[in-house]
Parts: sequence; C-alpha cells; structure tokens
Amino acid sequence: MKTSLYYKTKKVTTNLLIHFFLITVAITCIFPLLWMVSSSLKTQQTIFKDMSLIPRELHFENYYLAWQEGGFGRYFLNSILYTVAVVIGIIIISSLAAYAFSRLKFPGRNLLFYTFMAAMMIPIPGSFVALFVLLNKLHLRNTAFGYILCMINVGLATSIFLLKTFFDKFPRELEDAARIDGCSKFGVWWHVALPLAKPVLAVVVVFNALNVWNEYVLALVIFDNKNLMPLQRALMMFQGEFITRYPLLMAGLTITALPIIIVYLLMQKYIIKGVTSQAVFG
Amino acid sequence: MRVKSTLENYLFVLPAAGIFAIFYIIPFIWVFQLGLYSWDGILPTKIFVGLANFKEIFFEDKIWWGAMRNAGYITLIALTLQNALAFLLAWACDREIRMKNFYRMIFFIPPVLSEVVVGLVWQWILDGNYGLLNGWLANLGLAQWSHNWLSDPATALTTIAIVHSWKGFGWGFLIFLAGLQTIPRELYEAARVDGANAWASFRNITVPLMIPVTVLVAILTILGTMQAFVLIIAMTDGGPAYHTQVPVLRILASMRGSSRFGYACAQGISFGVILMAISFIQYRFSKTARQV
Amino acid sequence: MRRNFLSVAGVFLFVLFFIAACSQSPGGRAANAVTVWHWMTDREEVFQELAKRYEAKTGIRVSFELYAPSDAYAQKVRAAAQGNNLPDVFGLLGEKRDFSSFVKAGHILNLTPYMQDSNQEWQNRFFAKALSVNEFTPGNSYEVEPGIYGVPIDIMTIQMLYNKDLYKELGFNPSKPPKTFAEFLEVGKRISAYGGKEKKMQGLVSGWGEAWMIDCLANNYAFNIMGKDKVLATLKGKVPYTDLDWIKVLSLFKDMQDSGVLSSGIVTMVNKNAEQLFANGRAVFAFNGSWCVNVYREMDPKLNYAPMLPPLASDKFPMSIWGGAGSSFIVNARSKNKEEAVKFLKWLTGRDQQVYLAEVTRNPPANKDSLGKISALMAEFANDMDLSTHPSTWGVSEYPQVIEAFDKGIQSIIIGEKTPEEVAREVQKIKEREMAR
Repeated sequence: MKTSLYYKTKKVTTNLLIHFFLITVAITCIFPLLWMVSSSLKTQQTIFKDMSLIPRELHFENYYLAWQEGGFGRYFLNSILYTVAVVIGIIIISSLAAYAFSRLKFPGRNLLFYTFMAAMMIPIPGSFVALFVLLNKLHLRNTAFGYILCMINVGLATSIFLLKTFFDKFPRELEDAARIDGCSKFGVWWHVALPLAKPVLAVVVVFNALNVWNEYVLALVIFDNKNLMPLQRALMMFQGEFITRYPLLMAGLTITALPIIIVYLLMQKYIIKGVTSQAVFG
Repeated sequence: MRVKSTLENYLFVLPAAGIFAIFYIIPFIWVFQLGLYSWDGILPTKIFVGLANFKEIFFEDKIWWGAMRNAGYITLIALTLQNALAFLLAWACDREIRMKNFYRMIFFIPPVLSEVVVGLVWQWILDGNYGLLNGWLANLGLAQWSHNWLSDPATALTTIAIVHSWKGFGWGFLIFLAGLQTIPRELYEAARVDGANAWASFRNITVPLMIPVTVLVAILTILGTMQAFVLIIAMTDGGPAYHTQVPVLRILASMRGSSRFGYACAQGISFGVILMAISFIQYRFSKTARQV
Repeated sequence: MRRNFLSVAGVFLFVLFFIAACSQSPGGRAANAVTVWHWMTDREEVFQELAKRYEAKTGIRVSFELYAPSDAYAQKVRAAAQGNNLPDVFGLLGEKRDFSSFVKAGHILNLTPYMQDSNQEWQNRFFAKALSVNEFTPGNSYEVEPGIYGVPIDIMTIQMLYNKDLYKELGFNPSKPPKTFAEFLEVGKRISAYGGKEKKMQGLVSGWGEAWMIDCLANNYAFNIMGKDKVLATLKGKVPYTDLDWIKVLSLFKDMQDSGVLSSGIVTMVNKNAEQLFANGRAVFAFNGSWCVNVYREMDPKLNYAPMLPPLASDKFPMSIWGGAGSSFIVNARSKNKEEAVKFLKWLTGRDQQVYLAEVTRNPPANKDSLGKISALMAEFANDMDLSTHPSTWGVSEYPQVIEAFDKGIQSIIIGEKTPEEVAREVQKIKEREMAR
C-alpha cells in the first residue's frame, strides 16, 4: 500500500530532478552571455590571457568608448525604426493573409498558399544583387522605405505559415457568433482572430524583430548613405580588416543584445498568458 | 453579392501577394533562368548552357552531395536532440514550478546571441589545446576522452550539430510552450479525478493535442537547419577537408570563390526543390498521422 | 483602447517613413567631388584626414565611404557593378580573373596613359612588384588589353615568423632560425617532446582553415622545388599535378604533420585565431602577412619575434614568398569625375602622403621613396619584397575548382585521410575536367 510519505518523496525527488535538469541547461545558456559581458570589461591585452569570469580590473569605460567610436547613436535609432516598421508591417500583412488562407474562400487560394510555402524553402543565392537592381529601377535604392519593404518580404512567408497553422486550430464558434452579430470580415479579423492569436503573434514579433535587428549585408548593399545604416554597422567598426578590438566588440555586442532581450521579455507575457480557457487546440 | 464578397477576400491577401510578387517572384525568376547560363556575375555577356549546370550538380558534384549529407545529419540531430530537449524543457516549465519566468528568459538567450559571440565562445570551449572542455575532462580524470573537437574529422560534424542545436532549441521551446499553455487545465484535472497517472494523461491528452505544433516545429526545424551556414563559417569554415561543408556554403563558394554565378543559381534551385519535396512528404505524413 | 492606439501608431509610422523615403535624395554626386569606396576599417581615420588635406589644397571634396567587412564590401561592389552604380574610385577584392572580367565589362579605367605621362613619372614612383599586381601584360591569358589598371597604396608580404623566446627555450639559437626543411622538422620533434601535460607549446600556427593560406605556402615550396617556369607550365596544363615534383610538395605537409611542427587544429584555424595564439606566446612559428605586425603589437607589444624565410626544401631554385600590393584603388571608367579621380590618386600616392600613410598605419608604402619612418621590423618585411612573387603577376590563373581541390587535399593529408599521391591524382582529374570544358 503506497503511503502518503511515498507520494511526497516521489514528488520532491521528481521536482529536484527537474530543477537539476533545468539548471544545467540554463547554465550552458547563460555562460556565453556572462563571458561576453566579462570580456567587455577587459582590455585587448588581457582578454585572452585572463581566463576568469570576473576580470581583475573592470573597464566600464569600454561601453562609453564603444558607443562613441561605433557611432551607435544614429545607427541604433535606425535599427529601432526599421525593426518597429517591419514588425508592424508584417503583423498586419501576414495576419490578414493567414486569416484569409485559413477562413476565407476564393479561387487560387491553395495555389497562392503553396507558393508562399515554396518561398520559405528556396533560398535565392545572390538575391542581394537582384534586389539591388530591382530597387534601383523602382528608385527605392538607398531609401529606408525600400529596405523596409525588402525586410518585410524576408519574414513574410514564415510568419504566414506560423499564423495560418494557429488560425486553423481556432474554434469557429466565436467567429460565427461575431458574424451573426453583424461584424464585417475585417471586423472579425481585428476583434476576434487577432486577440486569440496573441501567443503566436508574439512569436512572430520576436522572430522578425530578431531577423531585422541582426541583418546587415542587405543594408550594406543597398544603402550608400551612412546615416541610413543599421547598428550592425557600428559593430563592424571594431572588426577591422586586420585588427579586431575584442573588448569594444564585446561591449558593442552586449549593447546590441539588450534591446532584443527586452522585446522578448515583453512578448513573453503574451505567449504565456493571452489565451482564454477554451480549448483552442484540437 | 458573391463577387463583392470574393473581391473582399482578395483584399486580405493583396498586400502580402503584392510585396511577395515584387520582392520575391521577380528576383526568383531572374535567378531561376540564370541557372541555365554560365556567367561569372560580372561580364555583360552570358553563355546559355541549358541544363549543363544541373547535370553537373546531379552527376558530377560529389562535394555538393557530401554537403547535403552533412546538412542532413545536422538536421537529424536537430530534429531529435534539439526538439526533444525543447519539448522537455517546455513541459517542465509548463508545470507549476518556481522560477518559471527565470528559466523562460534564460532559455531564449542562445537564439538572441549573435553568431560572432556563439562562435567565439564555443571555439574557446572546444579548442583542442587550451579549451575548457578538454580541461574539465582532464580534471575529472577522463583525459583520454579529450579530442580536437572541431579539427578531428571524426568529431567535427557532430560537434557542429550539437552547437547548432544548442543555439536553436530556444525557438522550439518557445513554440512548444505556447502550444502547451493552450491545453486547458480542466482536461488534466478531469483525467486525474478519473484516476489516470502522469504518464497516461501525457499520452492521451498532451501528445495528441500537441501533434500539429510538433509538425510545425519539425518543418521549421528542417528548413532552418538545412539552410544553416553562419555558425559553420565562424567555427570551421566547412573544414577540415569538406567534413563540415553544407549546401549554402557551397553556393557561396560557387558565387564568390569560383565566380560561377549561373552554377550557384542552379545549386540554389536544386536545393530548394529538394527541401520542398521533404517538406511536402512531411506535411502529407502529418496529415495521415492526424487521421489516426 | 490599446488596439486603437496600435493601429494609429502603425499608420502613423508608415506615413512617416513614406515621407522620409520620398524626401531622401539618393546622395547626389556633385561635380568636382570624388567618392571613394573602401573596406579598410583600420584606416578610415587616416583616409578622412588625407581627404581633408586634399580639400584644403585643391578645394575638391573627397569622400571616403567605408563598407566592411570585406565579404560584404565585395558583394556591394558586384551589385553596384550590375546596376552601374559604382563610385568614382574603389578597390577591387578577388582574383585576377574577376579583375579581368571587370575590365572587360568596361568598369575600370585604363591608367596606362596617365602612368606614362611626363616620362613615366607616376609609374616610376612604385615598387615594380607592387604595380605589377594591377597590370595586365601583353599575351596574358585573360584576353585583356595590356596595361596598368590600378594603383597600389601599400605593399605586403606573407612570411614565416618565429618567436625568439620560445625558440630559445627549446634549446636553439634565437638568432639562427631553421634554414633548411630538415632543421625545421627537427624543431618539430623537440616541440612534441616538450612539456608533457603542462602548457604545451604549439608549432606553426596559420589560418589554414582558410584555403588560400595553404595555397600560398604550398606555392612557395613549389617555386623552391621545381622553379617558377615549371609551376607556370602546370597552370597552363602542360605539366600534370601527378608529376613527382608536385608530389614532393604535397609530401612536405605530411612530413610537417608527422614531425609535430604543425599546431594541432591548424586545419580549421582561422587566421585571427592563429594571430591570437602567436601573440600570446603559445606558438613557436607563424605564417602570416606583414599586417600581423600591427596585430601583435596591439596584443603584446613585448613579443620577441622576427620574420624568416620558409625553410628551404631544395637548393635547386630560390625560395619565393608572396608579396605585392597590399591594397589598390581603381578608377571607374564610367565615372563623370574621371580626371579628378585620377588626379586624386596621383596625389595619394605622392611621397609625403605615402610617408604619412605608412607611419600611421605601420604598413610599408607602395612608393619607393617613402620608406623613411617605418619600424625596423616592418623594414625587414619590406626588404624581402625582392624575393616575392604574386599569382596576379603570372599572366595565367589556375581554375578555382583545382585550387580548392588542391588546398582541401592538403587538409586531408594533414589529418591523415589521404596520401599525397591520392591527392595529386584527384587534383589532376579535376584539372583535366576543367580543361575539357
């Protein structure tokens, strides 16, 4: 006969094992971050000689230097603008399309959807050259607008795919009820589908924000004007042709990583909380 | 009335289709037809060679297929190890345990870190002579297990696959967690009242409801991992001697190294077709699995 | 409530960007201004200073635009070439074959008339070897009209270096680096025997994860073993790679690996890692370009080292090293400011400007008269220029696929997967396949 002590011990041990597992993985995840921060506080001479996680001397001025020399101010602002614009653009455009693929009927629907899916799978080598020539013809090269449109396209297919999969699983009752109440199709999309999809929308936000934030080559190819460059360019200032200034680079990388982590933390709430208790899946 | 309704429906997909048509279809057509030419990317003249590029890829380019095998191997590890890890972690965080929020934040750090940092840190850990891993093994008395992880052809590819999975599991974790969170607690409660133990409720409630999400993650994993290359450049650059070569690196090599732009385009097309075939098979397979 | 705000914000942002985008004029290229594109992050400041001086002198505005890293820069140049958007002056990265394609596509101005002006005044300023990298000689295999198409602004050589302190610790005389290959292998044996479980010493470090560095050393030895003519004959297809001399070259790598003189992990080593290891006093030898002087200085100014020639494997022919122009600039043939651009380049490669460039960047200048104030160490590098050669000066290129097979083949030899004979056969097969196309 299993006593309650048995159950209690079992529960405690299971919890301990789970925590042990989680902590081990967490350590491997946080280690590079700690190394990055700790390296950013060392000097070029000591960075590969001093192996300790907490450096002997703390050179906080590296952050100030990195900000100044990289010209972070302008580039940082640019990156924020591009990321916000692209993310908002993708949320609206891809959720509209995903909703249509999931719920609305029109001729060519499946064909169009599969074309989008195919796009996810076929990488275009040398797409930078093609996009350059294209934007040139549209007189959108070296403009923020052109870059934003290109970046919207980059994340479009995957975002549509994610959203459609989740939309497919929603119960139709809520939507039907809204339609009966006289809501237009756009209204249903805005008032019913989007709120229900908050978790996956949050994933889409994070996914695209990360893509735009880390993008560099396309920006370099189509922008001539230095003032339009994103902040990855600032990081390039520390990776010279011959000399890499590691401490400043690490400081720059830390500055770069922070906003994305903040975005993720903000979006986390939605992924976890934003769903009603109805069976959304299955 | 019907016409108006259908037109309205088109309006939903218009912006997406429009951007897609301009920024993807047009470059795609340009690249697609370039696969039929031999061109170095600079000269104003191109030579039409028909299907010669494709013939070379499928019948002569052994390195290409080696690269595909390598990518397939890395993807296999990702599908199994990475996603199993992601699922387990998501499941662990789904329960009511302390420090949930802390873990959720930590596990997403690898995807956020730039490849530069990941490459540097892992190189430092895995270095054959001064690396941390070999150092720890020696301290634990397991010095005979130390390897030149990234240079030894026997271990290089697996090491890359593991680092890749480490960097990628955060995404699977996120999506799995989102999925798990949407399974209503009442179902579990009801099952427990009915006397089901943890394993039974996992098998009968969690697994069936998570199948669509699992398929989604699997497809995204395959697509993402097969196209991986930045981390590999940072850690081994496809070496030693092609042991960690992957398809996208080959395409880049054709474009930049041998200046064979047309050939690179043909490689890209072939790659895409294969990926499409894999995804299609998977999608079909998942549909039948759901029928079961 | 919040949703309304979001939608308003979204619309607002879009409108904002639309306005911003439309009012953005695509950087008008004013007349009497010269735009220069480059990738050299380390020199951006120097370039800006030089531009200021030029403007003060002539009133012409020169704007240097930096696009880094070099891979991304190369992509940008290719894309701009396709769209006919190249600037007035830019640098071209890549092989001679790509250089020739750019010329044939009409992107590069032929500078020969300017060079020969006034009794070849401009041409005579430079080290001949620095200029020849930018030259196409009569009868070249690229079918390009002979002439000088670019201007070097500095020179570099790729050499072997040795750490004097570590060399002494192994029991050798620090002022006598290994002269012959046999001596080199001896050092290797002592390195393997050194230390035991403690801080092991590494032998040769070099970025051999990047194929071209292997190619460079292999080529140096090829010149040493069989002489320049036979090597060029092989490129032209007249001598097979299965020739015994080539197998000798490939076997050298096997011998190096067996003797322990190569550092472990060298086959996936990136050059920056190699530099780090050498700078931190962990490696006895390094194989690197003259720019490394600056890198080592940054990481450890007290490092006690010197350049040396690669140890001779044969005394039939002299040892050669790769050297030539470090970076060069070319003029866009379609530029509207061609004349101004040429004038600027003439000024840039003038004696005083080259002295300034050399001083601040600590790289040997391309102008012969500007050697003045560089460090003694750097001068040692510059002196070896006489022994140097460079693939861009040979008038013929090997097929990229053959080079790749050759270099990766050497990697296979080092990790013990293939024998030199096997690699030679494979490379020859690929060579024959490419020649048949």
